[in-house]
Amino acid sequence: MIYKIWMSVVKEFLLLKRDLGGLIILFVMPLVLVITVTLIQDSTFKAVTDSKIQILIVDNDKGSVAKTVFENLEKSNLFTVVTQIDNKPVTEEIAKENVYKGKFQLAIVIPENLSSDLQAKVDQNVEKIVSNLGLTDSTATTEPQRIIKEKEVKLYFDPAVQMSFKNAVMSSIDKMISQIETKSIYSTFQKQLGEETIDFEQKSFISFKEIIPRINNKEVRPNSTQHNVPAWTLFAIFFIVIPLSINIVKEKSQGTFVRLRTNPVSNLVVIIGKTITYSIICMIQFYMMVAVAVFLFPSIGLPSLNIEGHLLMTSVVALFSGFAAIGFGILLGTVASTQEQSAPFGATSVIILAAVGGVWVPVFAMPKIMQFIAKSSPMNWGLEAFYDVLLRSVSFLEIIPEISLLFLFFIITTSIALFYDKKKRAV
Amino acid sequence: MYSLNNVSLNINEGQIFGLLGPNGAGKTTLISMLCGLVKPTDGHFTIDGLDYQHHASKIKKIIGVVPQEYALYPTLTARENLHYFGSMYGLKGSVLKDKVIEALDLLGLLKFADKQVQTFSGGMKRRVNLIAGILHQPKVLFLDEPTVGVDVHSKAAIIDYLKVLNQNGTTIIYTSHHLAEAEDFCSQIAILDQGQIYAQATPSALIEATKDARNLEDVFISLTGKALRDDI
Repeated sequence: MIYKIWMSVVKEFLLLKRDLGGLIILFVMPLVLVITVTLIQDSTFKAVTDSKIQILIVDNDKGSVAKTVFENLEKSNLFTVVTQIDNKPVTEEIAKENVYKGKFQLAIVIPENLSSDLQAKVDQNVEKIVSNLGLTDSTATTEPQRIIKEKEVKLYFDPAVQMSFKNAVMSSIDKMISQIETKSIYSTFQKQLGEETIDFEQKSFISFKEIIPRINNKEVRPNSTQHNVPAWTLFAIFFIVIPLSINIVKEKSQGTFVRLRTNPVSNLVVIIGKTITYSIICMIQFYMMVAVAVFLFPSIGLPSLNIEGHLLMTSVVALFSGFAAIGFGILLGTVASTQEQSAPFGATSVIILAAVGGVWVPVFAMPKIMQFIAKSSPMNWGLEAFYDVLLRSVSFLEIIPEISLLFLFFIITTSIALFYDKKKRAV
Repeated sequence: MYSLNNVSLNINEGQIFGLLGPNGAGKTTLISMLCGLVKPTDGHFTIDGLDYQHHASKIKKIIGVVPQEYALYPTLTARENLHYFGSMYGLKGSVLKDKVIEALDLLGLLKFADKQVQTFSGGMKRRVNLIAGILHQPKVLFLDEPTVGVDVHSKAAIIDYLKVLNQNGTTIIYTSHHLAEAEDFCSQIAILDQGQIYAQATPSALIEATKDARNLEDVFISLTGKALRDDI
């Protein structure tokens, strides 16, 4: 049996060696994919952090609030404020038109009298509090309070801008406005209490700091490579479903499968031969991706993959992910009758598995029902195991549940394929 | 509607048994059953006293199958194909290598041994297809139209080789549309139509038993008629 398996492995490698298209799908495309995606993701990341985004400001206020907004935006290192286009001040209409045409990603319209009305509103509120506390001059006459309408800072976004970017900007503007309001309240209190000489500390009392995980006393800061390489390596590993299923369908269509059925060899031997071959291919793919991420990425301006101390465990994850992909490929190849069925179905299902598994959108950001579905995706088990090893630095014991699920998936899919084949076999 | 109905055959050891019949007669179905590829809905058969239900593995070791289609890997060389299929019969090492060389040589393919099968002509592929089924020297050899679509020289080489195999003790069961070839080659013939055996005897006995028949073709027409048998 061992000899028959060995000869099956030799045969599979010979077939692959002579299939240039298949080799490109297996080895070149994953590399192109991981380099391209990491470059894009990294540049997107830099676009938000390193380079500045131009935003339009329409200042109808001309007061202190607008001035503070200007200053804060400039200071944020995220934006460059544009107030004029072609030497003409930007109006709300011009801003709207430019943003909706995609020339700018964002416009902020500060309403008229924002500074004065904010101050007036704060004055009214503070006065009310101070009088309730009995701290006002009893001889002072109380004037009827003016009704101040609430103000609205308008934001115009380019419709093509992604939701995550919109949310980040809105949250930062909201924070800025809150700070301005707080500052005004403090100042008004100072004035009302006649304590203008006392300097209230207006710096935030509560702040936050990200604590970066440390390994061997060294901070391990995740970067786009640490996130992308495992995700896209997994995606590439699962793409093995296509050549593998085509390989099985071809065996059926070219008659070799019929010949094998009449030979004294069980389908299990054939399947084991394919599993060994494609597992080796998965591992070669994985090591190629890692080598590119470690050695090539720095020379094209990308962060290098930090795999120090993790190579063995990530290899285990890659191997078990490969098993899951192979099981799926064997099942698909067994059930499909033509390459026209197996190839598109294989490609589409891998993309669906990747989407569901959290390769593009993190699982925690998915709707509840999708989170539940994601937990049953083998791509998610593999991805979580990779992240556990590379980003969370867990021990081997902690990835056992994930790799066990991957192996179970392989066993189940392969068993279904064998059962299906046996049912179709005559004798 | 069954492909085969009430078929009863007894093929003796050492025979070259021809299964002849028009398209759709049930020849391939019958041979597929005997090779273990199709399960009969009813009835049973044995090969060398063994049945598939209990001895599938044993039967597969003693039979050889040469399917109608080229059941070969087109991108592998003739030698690689034969090494692989030979190894599935448990042949290995120098025994396998020598058998492959010997068979390739006998069928005039040795100088093409290391060429990919996809570059071969139809006749060359047929010969490799045949070798893949006989490397392990089967007791019983099933051939489904082994000479279909090949040139005269390849056909002659295949038939001569099969005769040598038979002389060495292999029982041959084959289907064919070439009646003249079957008349010359087979020691026993069964004419099959609409899933039933119409006649079974030696070629000469069949000719003698049919009125005005000069050859097997006359017997065939007499038994199966002249109507076309196209079916989808």
